[in-house]
Amino acid sequence: MSPEMIRLIASSTGETLYMVGVSALIATLFGLPLGVYLATSGKGELFAAPWVNRILGVIVNATRSTPFIILVVAIIPFTRLIAGTSIGTNAAIVPLTIAATPFIARLIEGAIREVDQGLVEAARAFGATPLQIVLKVLIPEALPGIVLGLTLAIVSLLGFSAMVGAVGGGGLGDLGIRYGYQRFMPEMMLAVVVVLIVLVQAVQSIGDRLARRLNKRIRHG
Amino acid sequence: MNAPLGYLGDQPSQRLIPAEPIVRLEKISKTFPGRDGQPVTALREIDLAVPQGSILGVIGRSGAGKSTLIRLVNGLEKPSSGKVIVDGANIAALPESELRHARRSIGMIFQHFNLLSSRTAAENIALPLEVAGYDKAEIKARVEELLALVGLSDKRNRYPSELSGGQKQRVGIARALATKPKVLLSDEATSALDPETTRSILDLLARINAELGLTILLITHEMAVIRNIAREVAVIEGGRIVEQGDVFEVFTRPKHEVTRSFLGDEAGRVLPPYVQNRLQKEATPDSQTVIRIGFRGPHATDPVLARLAREEGIEANILSGAVDEIAGRPFGTLVVSVPAAASLKTLDFLKKHGLDTEVLGHVA
Repeated sequence: MSPEMIRLIASSTGETLYMVGVSALIATLFGLPLGVYLATSGKGELFAAPWVNRILGVIVNATRSTPFIILVVAIIPFTRLIAGTSIGTNAAIVPLTIAATPFIARLIEGAIREVDQGLVEAARAFGATPLQIVLKVLIPEALPGIVLGLTLAIVSLLGFSAMVGAVGGGGLGDLGIRYGYQRFMPEMMLAVVVVLIVLVQAVQSIGDRLARRLNKRIRHG
Repeated sequence: MNAPLGYLGDQPSQRLIPAEPIVRLEKISKTFPGRDGQPVTALREIDLAVPQGSILGVIGRSGAGKSTLIRLVNGLEKPSSGKVIVDGANIAALPESELRHARRSIGMIFQHFNLLSSRTAAENIALPLEVAGYDKAEIKARVEELLALVGLSDKRNRYPSELSGGQKQRVGIARALATKPKVLLSDEATSALDPETTRSILDLLARINAELGLTILLITHEMAVIRNIAREVAVIEGGRIVEQGDVFEVFTRPKHEVTRSFLGDEAGRVLPPYVQNRLQKEATPDSQTVIRIGFRGPHATDPVLARLAREEGIEANILSGAVDEIAGRPFGTLVVSVPAAASLKTLDFLKKHGLDTEVLGHVA
């Protein structure tokens, strides 16, 4: 493998990490409150607003059921508005964030719903406000589940980020398509796949380890 | 929040009527919307008063409405009609923000403890104080005090998963006491514990009641809980209170079928099978009448059968019997059989001596 190729792989890996990192961060920023709200605004819940809950649910589902590659193309005008361009790594962050936000919201909703309702009742019984219940009970108790959810989301984003190569987003996917496929360089394709596998493994094991450390429900030897 | 720490600092507030109960339910009814549109009535016209400093137990089968009842007291449930007066305020009518404040003076413990798994024992106890806005130093001092009170000072940094059921409930109790409540609500707090641990938790609650003067309202389906710590009892069935009063009175002279059923598994209430199987409703010329005798208080140790033989010449067969304690007072049950011909004389003799009698049937 030539030094040129290695340089290409390194810079593409950097682009991928940048896209995935920034979009995961922004998507978590939006997805966390959205997920908490989805989990607590149902009928009879802390912030009961069943209609808002239903409408948000429909929007989240609609976004999630749109194939990513179609989403990327469909929101080009919006991407241009936000990023100033529809091509390149920064532009790719916009659809990645939009795809990841509802995904993360659903994962966080699930993690929050796993928290024993008895804890919410106990917190209400000692006079906690709904916001205090979210911040001091629900999120801390759901944290191991939230971390696992975010890990899953980042792994999915690594996959999505390969697709934005198709619209000039850069990154490993772009490299694999342009060199590996279009220029018939199987060794480049292989290298891209290997780097992606290593990244996914690394993210997953860091996430698992962190979740395990946060989970106090299990006795640690 | 700069409330003084420690119970000694709290003086009972001056009242015009000192006998005013700390918790009073007035004509409480509660209906839930049912699945098929038919409303389900959980509680009907409940009147209940919990005197200051007392331990009142509500006993009932599952589904009798006791869970709903206890949740009304701290406003986790709202009544469909009626008033819930706690320490002078109508909990049922308070707006949410005032209700939250009122809840700080009503502690609650739960069957499944409801501790945060992500917090240590000390951090769990600190939570109500954090929520109430105490400062760090105050919280630290108060938590130490509470850990010592429930005997868990050495477990302060343990997570709930590292504690036994009894220890978890002690943490639950300490958490419930953190904001120095006037009332403690206990929702089946010992139902998930073994008898020995139950005993130690009940002892702790009794000690807290005695030392801190804390009023305790507990619900349970276990007779042992009522017998060991309650002074007053209310028996609930089908959303109604069917019997209410002093524990000893209610359980030595049960009036309602449900009350009797709770006594059913207590010592001396169960007939031996060879008697139970032969029991018939009608007397026959040669039959024996089976009588249950209840000895209460001072009579519990009288040699009454010896006197029955000596003074009336009636010899009774003892079929089963036990002497026990309810609310700290001796209480005996004896099941005897006497010849049918002598049964009226026997009943008269026993009543004359102040004993409770009940004819259970006849055996040939």
